[in-house]
Amino acid sequence: MNAFLARRRSRARGTVTSPAGRIGRGLVNLAAAAGLVYLFLPIFVIVLFSFNKPKGRFNAVWQEFTLENWADPFKDRALVDALGVSLRVAGIATVVATFLGTLMALALVRYRFRGGQVTNLLLVLPLTAPEIVLGASLLTLFLEPHIVLANRQFTLGFTTIVLAHIMFCVSYVAMTVKARLRGFDWTLEDAAMDLGATPTRTFLRVTLPLITPGILAAALLSFALSIDDFIITYFVAGPATTTFPIRIFGQSRTATPPQINVLATMILVGSVAVLAAGTAWGRRRARRLGLA
Amino acid sequence: MIDRDPEGRKRARLAPWLLLAPGMVWLFLFFFFPLWTLARMSLSSRPSRFANPTFDWNWSNYGDAFSRYGEQFTRSFTYAALATLATLCIAYPIAYVIAFRGGAWKNVLLGLCVVPFFTNYLIRTLAWKTILGDQGPLVEALRSLGVLAADGRLLRTPLAVVGGLTYNFLPFMILPVYVALEKIDPRLVDAARDLYATTWRAFRKVVLPLSLPGVFAGSLLVFIPAAGDFVNAYYLGSAKTTMIGNVVQDQFLVQVDYPVAAALSFVFMAIVMVSVVVYARLLGTEDLA
Repeated sequence: MNAFLARRRSRARGTVTSPAGRIGRGLVNLAAAAGLVYLFLPIFVIVLFSFNKPKGRFNAVWQEFTLENWADPFKDRALVDALGVSLRVAGIATVVATFLGTLMALALVRYRFRGGQVTNLLLVLPLTAPEIVLGASLLTLFLEPHIVLANRQFTLGFTTIVLAHIMFCVSYVAMTVKARLRGFDWTLEDAAMDLGATPTRTFLRVTLPLITPGILAAALLSFALSIDDFIITYFVAGPATTTFPIRIFGQSRTATPPQINVLATMILVGSVAVLAAGTAWGRRRARRLGLA
Repeated sequence: MIDRDPEGRKRARLAPWLLLAPGMVWLFLFFFFPLWTLARMSLSSRPSRFANPTFDWNWSNYGDAFSRYGEQFTRSFTYAALATLATLCIAYPIAYVIAFRGGAWKNVLLGLCVVPFFTNYLIRTLAWKTILGDQGPLVEALRSLGVLAADGRLLRTPLAVVGGLTYNFLPFMILPVYVALEKIDPRLVDAARDLYATTWRAFRKVVLPLSLPGVFAGSLLVFIPAAGDFVNAYYLGSAKTTMIGNVVQDQFLVQVDYPVAAALSFVFMAIVMVSVVVYARLLGTEDLA
């Protein structure tokens, strides 16, 4: 009887009494820890090799420690220019995709209408299509002038990259905002209107502030997707326009300067800072609005 | 009058369509319509290397695609399946520990899992090329341990390609599995234990079945991009490990043989869709989102 009670009590505290259970528990923790180490191994290598002084053109074998690369991170002009192109593409694609995707999410969550289910399905399709198929299909579209696009012949370049990026970001934005809108208390809108607010004012002063965190999360996601995209971009970029990933891919055949690692480390630290700041802002805001 | 819609949604005629219209037009122009042009291209023929392809119901492109690149098809799906299995084995313990033992650290730990993927995809793959390199410490250690022969290597092997695919798509498995595990009420496990189930049995009978939707979603999110990838095979593989992505890329951008490349893409997409449906039936779950 005592043993039984002891077992129950120990289980209530979440501990496992049998030795086999303890070993199993330890093994699972160990597997998870090993998984985390595995996740960070390449990151460690990327940061480490930003301090390497490579012999020859490829930064692939460790030679000796140097701070030279960090003293001149923007030495490779073409790489920096390519990063500039990527940032501009991501900026434009994010703004347009966030706008279009948010409207779609609002329509799907806010209203009940015939065809809502089908629209949902159509939205998911671009997410399930393999990237090479998306890239290949856009390339065939841009190559051939067609009545649907006013018989316009597209020159592959900045515009076609932006058009493609908006396309694959729209679905992600719509799905993200939709997920965040579920459970939104729409009676708040009724309350505002009962108190005499016009529909426009209600949207701007009640609905929009409440859904802002979801929209921002979606915008961040599409920015990250756009700036990282290689496969689709590679198909629609053409010879003249070079984004950051395309520059790395093209260059990696002949050289991998350590500045790639320096810029990658900077981007990593920058993104973590943005993410941390965003999370902190979201928490403070939730607490202030009494949502937490 | 009682509102029967729990989410308090409104019935409206025009408003939702107005909100949907701009996005739908975009998706039509740059997703559905391009697929149609790709289909047309896959049925076109190209009289000579420099002539423009013309549409003439030329089904032989599909025959060519299969007979010439059957090997790459098989390889792509084998590698992608292996990579999906490997991500599952690595991601499940991580997601499990974060969901059930993360406590106050849950969000931080989950964030840690995503942080590595803020570096560019190509740079990450290049880092693996460095790690697996012939002069790297890993190969040296394996050689001195006798796991690898004195002239054995990791780079340019199928193992390296599958390893690269596994790494690059890991977060797509961790996140959905975590979401599924997080939803499980821990009291269900307590109930199983109270009924004298061992930890293992409680896991097998309670936790595992409830986490299957996450496993399903994660497997799709890993399998589809992995099967279509060409970057890992390009950097970590050799001429003997080319995947369908390498062929499509090469045909479109180097050989400029659009009709066959378009047929290849279509066959590839069809096989992906069919395997997704078969997998959905096998696992008995159909809610994708």
